[in-house]
Amino acid sequence: MGIEILGLPMMYYIAMVAKVLVAFVFVLLTVAYATYAERKIIGHMQVRLGPMRVGWHGLLQPIADGVKLFFKEEIIPTSSSTFAFLVAPLIALIPAFITFAVIPFGGVIEVAGYPIPLQIASYIDTATGRVYDLNVGALYILAMSSLGVYGIVLAGWASNSKYSLMGGLRASAQMISYELSAGLAIVSVFMLSGTLSLNQIVNQQAGLWYVFKQPLAFFLFFICSLAEINRTPFDLPEAETELVSGFCTEYSSMKYAMFFMAEYANMVTVCALTATLFLGGWQGPLVGAFPLLGPVYFIAKVYALIFVCMWIRATLPRYRYDQLMHLGWKVLLPLSLVNIVITGVIGYFVK
Amino acid sequence: MNPITPIINGLKITLSHMFKKPITLQYPDERPKVASRFRGLHALNVSHNKAKCVACYLCPTVCPAKCITVEAAEDANHDKYAAKYEIDMLRCIFCGYCVEACPVDAVRMTTTFELANYRREDFVFGKERLLEKK
Repeated sequence: MGIEILGLPMMYYIAMVAKVLVAFVFVLLTVAYATYAERKIIGHMQVRLGPMRVGWHGLLQPIADGVKLFFKEEIIPTSSSTFAFLVAPLIALIPAFITFAVIPFGGVIEVAGYPIPLQIASYIDTATGRVYDLNVGALYILAMSSLGVYGIVLAGWASNSKYSLMGGLRASAQMISYELSAGLAIVSVFMLSGTLSLNQIVNQQAGLWYVFKQPLAFFLFFICSLAEINRTPFDLPEAETELVSGFCTEYSSMKYAMFFMAEYANMVTVCALTATLFLGGWQGPLVGAFPLLGPVYFIAKVYALIFVCMWIRATLPRYRYDQLMHLGWKVLLPLSLVNIVITGVIGYFVK
Repeated sequence: MNPITPIINGLKITLSHMFKKPITLQYPDERPKVASRFRGLHALNVSHNKAKCVACYLCPTVCPAKCITVEAAEDANHDKYAAKYEIDMLRCIFCGYCVEACPVDAVRMTTTFELANYRREDFVFGKERLLEKK
């Protein structure tokens, strides 16, 4: 490698841009087709067909939806706070996508003699072969995923509509209640791994996935994550039956689409994080011999979790507000605390 | 009672439903199988190249929605016949009482169920349109 920029070989930059592009396009495509898959899966679970008319079995439906939303009229309520109203969808969308920067989606692959770790925010020392990534990756994800709610609260406030405001308020209350349990649930994973680097957490799951060591934490984290990203049965900020459309009542056109993209991107991120922390990330049989199997296993795990999200949506009705608070503070929070104590005690004696 | 079991049972049910054959009918492409006794659009029966109706007024009398208008007249053979026979499909409730009441089997109901139209006047079916439905 001849050219070096800031002490790093040219290949590093090329690989970085390629990884960013691949991950971004992958998430975008997954988001688009998650909407299709959701309609299709829920349709079949209700013994219906789902989208059938646009393309073969409705396969072009996401594109048709996108084109339709793109050409819709942009309506900005005159009494709204215009700047906050316009910026809110972006604030919701950006954190949903940038969390993917630290999630490892594969091991180290070699392209043209240069090893590339399949994780966006990572760097491999070619001399020692060690992979360095963001050493507080999990904290970064928790921080970014809780930033997403600002977009929703801001949208609710800026719309100057009672339904939007209620939706925004619910979103903030829900986020505070469930972020806590989700954070505490993965503390037990960090107690086992001893690190916050997602790359090392995945490497430590080569033998046994953490879901077998921490089944309770897995369920707690998954449920809390569903609540954090406002998926059914915790979709109170959006509750069509009570709040029209919650925080996005006043939104139309692409801004509305952005909220939906954010919601589905959040779902992809949360499923990817759950797969990374509990289901061994890209680990799987034969992955040592064929590093390209890593992304395949990772995508399979993420898609399986996304399917579970949709399955839950097809099954469960929305929680009432008091039930949501009861579940968050009186059931999930004590359970995650107890889980930490048990993990600590067992860890102390086993070590 | 523990709250987990019902959720698991619900999940099982939805999963099993996913592998069932959907009951959706792709309507404009696939046509439904309409039962032969379905009560759809009315039709006037024909015998010897003219409507069997003798304008006895039993059908407008029995009609609960008051949607049938009949006007009697005399033809060349001095027989009573319906000069005007109109059914307002916007009022009709498709109860089939007119068919039951008819003493000469002059009116029946067909399996036609697509009665949409653009103008209100088009929902009033006169004698010609009712006779068209063979």
